[in-house]
Amino acid sequence: MEVLPSLLDGIFQALQPVNLGLCVLGVIIGLFVGAMPGLGSVNGVAILLPFTFVIQELTGSVSSPMIFLAAIYYGAMYGGAISSITLGIPGASTAVATTFDGRPLALQGHAERALVTAAIASFVGATVANILFTLFAPPLAGVALKFGNPEIFALMLLAFSTFIGLGGDDIPKTIISIALGLVLATVGFDIITGEPRLQFGDPLDFFPATKDLIDTTGFSHGIRFLVLAIGVYGIGEMIWTINSTRGEVHMTEANVNFKSVWAAIKAFPKAAKGTFIGSFLGFFVGILPAAGATPGSLMSYGVTKMLSKDKDSYGKGNVNGIAAPEAANNSASTGAMLPMMTLGIPGSPTTAVLLAGMVIWGLQPGPLLFSEQPEFVWPLIGSFYVSNVVAVLVNLAFIPVFLWMLRMPFTILAPMIFVLSVIGTYAAYQNMFDVWLMLLFGMGAYLLRILDYPLAPAVLAIVLGPIAEPTLRQSLLLSDGEFSIFINRPIAGPITIIALILLFLPVAKFAWDKTRRQAA
Amino acid sequence: MRRAELVTAIVLAMFSMYLMWKSGEGPSWDPDIARFDNIGFDETGTPGSGFWPFWLSLAMLLSCFWVMFNWWRRTSPPSQSDLPYMDGYSWKMMLLVGGGLFAFLGVVEWLGFYVGIFLFLVYYLKFLGKHSWVKTLIISLCTPVFCFFFFDVAMRIVLPKGITEPFFLPLYDIFL
Repeated sequence: MEVLPSLLDGIFQALQPVNLGLCVLGVIIGLFVGAMPGLGSVNGVAILLPFTFVIQELTGSVSSPMIFLAAIYYGAMYGGAISSITLGIPGASTAVATTFDGRPLALQGHAERALVTAAIASFVGATVANILFTLFAPPLAGVALKFGNPEIFALMLLAFSTFIGLGGDDIPKTIISIALGLVLATVGFDIITGEPRLQFGDPLDFFPATKDLIDTTGFSHGIRFLVLAIGVYGIGEMIWTINSTRGEVHMTEANVNFKSVWAAIKAFPKAAKGTFIGSFLGFFVGILPAAGATPGSLMSYGVTKMLSKDKDSYGKGNVNGIAAPEAANNSASTGAMLPMMTLGIPGSPTTAVLLAGMVIWGLQPGPLLFSEQPEFVWPLIGSFYVSNVVAVLVNLAFIPVFLWMLRMPFTILAPMIFVLSVIGTYAAYQNMFDVWLMLLFGMGAYLLRILDYPLAPAVLAIVLGPIAEPTLRQSLLLSDGEFSIFINRPIAGPITIIALILLFLPVAKFAWDKTRRQAA
Repeated sequence: MRRAELVTAIVLAMFSMYLMWKSGEGPSWDPDIARFDNIGFDETGTPGSGFWPFWLSLAMLLSCFWVMFNWWRRTSPPSQSDLPYMDGYSWKMMLLVGGGLFAFLGVVEWLGFYVGIFLFLVYYLKFLGKHSWVKTLIISLCTPVFCFFFFDVAMRIVLPKGITEPFFLPLYDIFL
């Protein structure tokens, strides 16, 4: 087998002092950037891309800058879980699902267990994905190539149906949340016809006195994911916590030492099911162009919950609910590299930036890359393995630092999170209008949360909306407006049918319960 | 809580109808296109620009009616609750924290991020958190300094400084 020697040579190259140093530095930066609300892997990779030219010049290798950026990508995937668990705010969209169970477990006094579970699940997910990437790249790329717009839309439908059918929240309120998120995602311009859409005008037109004081750009650039997510999870969550706890927030005193971390490691097998599902499902979803780690982690969470015998424990600190999305987002991040490197199609926004970097460094991503640039490809693949080990070690070593955040008095933590939320929103888009909008969303989220409106589906919807709408419309264009295209195709059909079953599951359950009551 | 459940559903229903109305707007450069022409399919079978938001807003509207129906049947927890939507403490904190945040953004627009962060932290830590002046000033001063070096210097994300911009020019000369 030719793969193994090439891989071993690649790992040896990645372990060279310069590359190993870049791996460690990249992972630390990635962990920090990933943990910062408002900054994710894409921000870290994009912002540091210009610095890689210095690395290329110093090392004389095109592999080294790519290894550095890939390590940031890896670190950020691990880092996203830190803020999800310790602060209740996902550091990036890929860690939204980690919040569902990670935060409750931390609040129950098991923050170290949540963090260790996330770290090990991430490690396993990434390792599985690395092996799959190395061994099965060509056939898996072939499967991904068969995914057209109907298949991708069917996957989106499945993600939303999972929330409706298995979310456990009030169904009409869940639908409102999803629909609202999807509609908010359409604000700006229609990317197919180019027509302006749902641009509400400048809201400050109603207050002329503010005209010279506040510079706004209105809704023409659309409503971005982070604006809603930081509003919901940063502002809304904090105000909710302040009010629901009457200001008497007793942050969990986590017992972090070698013994407790070791105990959490020993307890990890209980999260094996979620890790297994997340590792494989995440990789598969990750290789789909335009899908990536966010839908992968959310779907893995949904599927793990669906297959669980103890569904009620999800959302209350189930370790499988942490392991599944964390394994999936790491696995998907490696999976997203696959179409980027073999087909030249980025699987996620971060890989799109990496792709741009490769082109700038004089490489041509695509099927010929493996045969024509092996001296680039194999050290990079080797660095995936090395970065993964570095990331899990650095992550575990820094757990006490992350938990220190939990021990802060809430009256210090809350304003710091408010400041981080405001500064993070600005840093992401450099636009004050978005910051105002984020604050309004935060207030709205708090008011809706009091009435049990689930807000995670809205966040999911605003992320997936820009993928779901074009794939639906292009599919319908392909079929002359016939919706049967989602049923007739061999891959889209079964996915759509499962999605529809999940969608109507609550109705069937209601009818079944009613029949049983009548019979009784 | 019960009344708030109904009021919220009505407000969301009205918002859904507004979104449906807005979704049906044609492009301003083509006045010949009638409202709601874009919510169906054109002759090639392609859905128009308003197709997706319109039908989603309709789904939202119908779900609002569903929430109202559940309110009438008293099946959802808020519709069964006699507790107030927000009590005195919640209103007070909503105004102090929410109002503080809006004021923070107002100050950011005027005096820039760094002064805004300092003033917001002093307000929160001293007046809401009742921390000592020493702790308040240490945190309130260190946070904007760290943010300056992380964002402006290291990440090259220049945060707005409002009318305090000239005071930062010497720092740019040193660090950038």
